[in-house]
Amino acid sequence: MPLTVNGADHPTDGLDPAMPLLWVLRDVLGLTGTKYGCGIAQCGACTVHIDGVATRACQVALGDVRGPVTTIEGLGTPEAPHPVQAAWIERQVAQCGYCQSGQIMQAASLLAEIPDPTEEDIDAAMSGNLCRCGTYPRIREAMRAAARAMKGA
Amino acid sequence: MGRARTIARRGFLIGAAAIAGGVAFGVWRFKTPYPNPLLADLPEGAAALTPYVVITKEAITLITPRADKGQGAVSIQAALIAEELDVDLDQVRTEFGPPDRAYWNTALSAEAVPFRATDRGWLAETARGAMAAPMKFLGMQITGGSTTVPDGYDKLRRAGAVARETLKATAARLQGVDLASLTTERGAVILPDGTRLSYRSLAAEAAQTEPVAEVTLRDPADWQLLGKPMQRIDIVAKSTGTQGYGIDVTRPGLLHAAVRLAPQGAALRSFDATRAKAMRGVEKVLPLPGGVAVIATSTWHAMQAAGAIVLDHGPSPFPPDMAGHWQALSESFDSARQDSRFRDAGDVEEALAGGADLEAEYRAPYLAHAPLEPLNATVLYTPERVDIWTGTQVPRFVQRNVAAITGLRTEAVHVHVEMIGGSFGHRLEDEAVRHAARIAMAVPGRPVKLTYSREEDMTHDFPRQIAMARGRGRVAGGRVEALDLAIAMPSIVASQMGRQEIPAPGPDLQIVAGAWDQPYAIPHYRVTGYRAPELAPISSWRSVGASTNGFFHESLLDELIHAAGSDPLEERLRLCDHAPSRKVLEAVAEMSGWGTAMAEGHGRGVALCLSFGVPCAMVVEVSVTPDGIRLDQVHVAAEVGRVLDPVNFDGLVKGGVVFGLGHAMHGEITYRDGLPEQTNFDTFRAMRLYRCPEIVVRGLENGDRIRGVGEPPVPPAAPALANAIFAVTGTRLREMPFDRQIGFA
Repeated sequence: MPLTVNGADHPTDGLDPAMPLLWVLRDVLGLTGTKYGCGIAQCGACTVHIDGVATRACQVALGDVRGPVTTIEGLGTPEAPHPVQAAWIERQVAQCGYCQSGQIMQAASLLAEIPDPTEEDIDAAMSGNLCRCGTYPRIREAMRAAARAMKGA
Repeated sequence: MGRARTIARRGFLIGAAAIAGGVAFGVWRFKTPYPNPLLADLPEGAAALTPYVVITKEAITLITPRADKGQGAVSIQAALIAEELDVDLDQVRTEFGPPDRAYWNTALSAEAVPFRATDRGWLAETARGAMAAPMKFLGMQITGGSTTVPDGYDKLRRAGAVARETLKATAARLQGVDLASLTTERGAVILPDGTRLSYRSLAAEAAQTEPVAEVTLRDPADWQLLGKPMQRIDIVAKSTGTQGYGIDVTRPGLLHAAVRLAPQGAALRSFDATRAKAMRGVEKVLPLPGGVAVIATSTWHAMQAAGAIVLDHGPSPFPPDMAGHWQALSESFDSARQDSRFRDAGDVEEALAGGADLEAEYRAPYLAHAPLEPLNATVLYTPERVDIWTGTQVPRFVQRNVAAITGLRTEAVHVHVEMIGGSFGHRLEDEAVRHAARIAMAVPGRPVKLTYSREEDMTHDFPRQIAMARGRGRVAGGRVEALDLAIAMPSIVASQMGRQEIPAPGPDLQIVAGAWDQPYAIPHYRVTGYRAPELAPISSWRSVGASTNGFFHESLLDELIHAAGSDPLEERLRLCDHAPSRKVLEAVAEMSGWGTAMAEGHGRGVALCLSFGVPCAMVVEVSVTPDGIRLDQVHVAAEVGRVLDPVNFDGLVKGGVVFGLGHAMHGEITYRDGLPEQTNFDTFRAMRLYRCPEIVVRGLENGDRIRGVGEPPVPPAAPALANAIFAVTGTRLREMPFDRQIGFA
């Protein structure tokens, strides 16, 4: 069964079905926007959407992927960013930026589900995503801004 | 990258040099900022002239030699050059440039002399100048110590100005017009009739122009970029998954590697790779010094196989368990181990002869750097040359060490510096690159990327120092009369420089940094450093010695102020003898409404720490909830001389506060049977979003010298939090991490 990533089908013949989706994306497909941080679902840097649901790509074996995958590259582009990405740019959230693909994918998933999240909703959804640079205050600001922008859209 | 590297390898440029289709400006003639006779005998080659601006028909490239690990170094270095060059940041490309001694760090030396940052006397300045000579001679191309801005502030602007004036002189010569009639704007020289000659069109001719050496830097009032909110050059890429980091490097035919390493310092006796060799995707297994590497078709297959290798190793050369580490520190408070006593005011012995009003012991644990991007390096080895793609703060060390490993000349070692996904000092070490070079030598002609698993990264980090302090003091009439603080830790500098085979003679200032040099005039005031024996190998961790010592000093001072029955902020202000430090205290007092009543169960704590020349004060507000202590709000003020980018400044300070608070609350590396017990983010806990307080930042500009702010917000965070928790609970936390003793909501 082919793997659908960002709308494109990729053959999986010959690939190890035990290989986590994270490494298929990075080492096989060259989609390096999705990051490796811990390998045990503790940091969230590898967060992608599978069938629209935020998922830790380090925990899903290739053989277990059911549904289309969206990565940070498929969410938006530098030329046409997703509203969450636009808010991240406008608020200049990133420092090292390494966790931000995962943060953005997690935030986009929350806002798709709950367009007007409370602070508690944000806490619950985002606390699995680790940022070692300490960009949390701006992540919070950018999420509020993105929620406003998406409501207005 | 290609062209700039070729140029720099020719040696030290003087003025401008022609390159294929363009010009490179080498601009910066070394001048000591202060008359200093000690520098007169510098060797000829040390008068470095440095290329920072490369212009061709196609592009304007700015060289930003300080590593970017998230602090925004690329943007600020580019902005410093661009401000004088008269280009906008969207008109330029940036490159990190090659390893070259010309990129030595001028500002590092300021931290290496035993004078308080507040001391501007002749002796202090002379000593700083003297330290600059060996730093320059060694070509210390190092990113660290919050020095990127102080180091580049003059020399990068000067680089831009020289390039601009030389381009103007070129245009004047070609057009036969008076130089004084020309102006510049957005990457072009403007002729008197309004005609625009783009810098790129002038590039080839500019290489033939005698460079303009004497330039006057613009008044900050005239700045177009600096001092105003900027958009970081990397912000779009870092928000869209398109920023490449070292871990993302790919090359045609790339192989992937992982390592399984014995505990640090332990001898590897043998290993069994039978299972690993039979695993899918594995191409090669090879021994390394102190470990084993697996080369495979994917990172994951390499990591899986590396994990299946069984190591037989000897013991680590340090105590196997924490009790042994603490005992070694405890036994180091001994005159035979005294390393420094740079602060010894009044007569502490006499003042405490009648007994102390307070005695306390404080502890701070080992801590992993644990940036989110694990260590990695990509290396392509051939018998003629080796190419290395990696994020590093020490490119010259990498070059030298890989030359030694491969037997190649340093000129044949090509280091391509990559963007770094966090460091906090992790990338001041290059052990991973050395391993990667050895792995690459096993597959000549094939590029191979070594990626550490999180577990290997965390258990083979060179962590933050463990440290212990003993304090005592005396109070009278509501005032702190005597403060005596003794600190014991192993030498960070000796451990770190030892791995680079660079001697570090004399006292290690980091043992007492953030304590001996604080801006207080306590009548009887003494700070003594004791050098503990080498324990686990350690390294610089964001704010280095001050990361532990700020906690010790400001906790002890707070305890004494409470013992005196005085207000923590007012008594600090009364004791403070440094005007810029008083101003940051006054700022946080005003911002936080210090002294106003708080609701039941709410409390405030204050701390001030001067580190890296920056006084930084913080007020932390906490409340008691049924789930534990909740961090509500933080007010922080830092004095940096001049804020060059208010947006990035605000972000960096907030990040420093989060780093300081997070590691005060959670996180430690503890050794058991010679191995770190924490291997990943499940056991090495860190600040998470739901615990992050609101943070309000103010930058002050009263100082006489520009400073960097990457590190200074870290040291005051832990004591401000401990002091707040004391204020509201009466519980004095003297050991980090606090969550061993108290719960957080």
